[in-house]
Amino acid sequence: MTTALFVVLAATAVVAGALVFRVDSMARATFLLLLSFLAVAGLVLMTGLQYVGLVIVLMMVIEMVVMAVFMIMYMMNPAGLMSMSMFHNTRGAAVIAAATFVALAGGALLVDWPVRGGSPAPDPTMALGESLMSGQMLTMMTLGVTLFATIVGTVVLATGRGRYDRLGDELDAPASDDRDRGGVGR
Amino acid sequence: MNLQAFLVVAAALVSVGLFGALTQQSIVMVMMGLELLLNGVILAAAAFWYFLAPSGTEGQVLIVIVVTAMAIEMAAGFAVTTAIYRAKRIDMTDDATELRG
Repeated sequence: MTTALFVVLAATAVVAGALVFRVDSMARATFLLLLSFLAVAGLVLMTGLQYVGLVIVLMMVIEMVVMAVFMIMYMMNPAGLMSMSMFHNTRGAAVIAAATFVALAGGALLVDWPVRGGSPAPDPTMALGESLMSGQMLTMMTLGVTLFATIVGTVVLATGRGRYDRLGDELDAPASDDRDRGGVGR
Repeated sequence: MNLQAFLVVAAALVSVGLFGALTQQSIVMVMMGLELLLNGVILAAAAFWYFLAPSGTEGQVLIVIVVTAMAIEMAAGFAVTTAIYRAKRIDMTDDATELRG
């Protein structure tokens, strides 16, 4: 039973992941990628990591829905109506990907892995929480600062016209240079 | 179901993601390839935790880090896509040639 479930989830993860680059609609590709993520979340749940597995499910569903919005903004082939190639350098990439797979899978199969050390904590979620709030606190803080830097950086990058565009490099323009007149206080 | 089986599946995901990231012309599709690649890393981390060191929490912490990295990658990637599209109307990797060596 467990083996059958593993095979089904593993096949779903890999096949859906490969189909992402085969279908000619970017919208379909997004949802195939979501399917691949959900299968991997299922595999993670099979290892007994309920919390982490559910976090992956929630995050990926939201992430793929957000991605679908950007997909529609920048898509090359709306809804797969035109048949077109979205590839470049297919042969070179195929060789690199195949070599990567052979190296990684070969390593996985040939390495003499150590025996299992210890057994899982009765509640792995509790153990993770305690670890993040004690020994791995630095990791957690680094992640927090990195996420904050991401928020700032992405807003700066995505802003079309910031205050320096409106008020000059020294921010000392008497009136902001806006395309449309009006606004609060003017 | 054993460690090797998990790792082979993870290797397949990493390879497929790498293939996608290298071949796709659309910047958004390149990001999907990178996400798939990180997906394989998550699976490998979970397998390492479960089959090798279940008594510690390092495997779980690694998954938390990778999930965060995926979120950051997507946010930063879309911000860059938006910026380059706004500046030059480019949404394909082949057109973004400023940094070509």
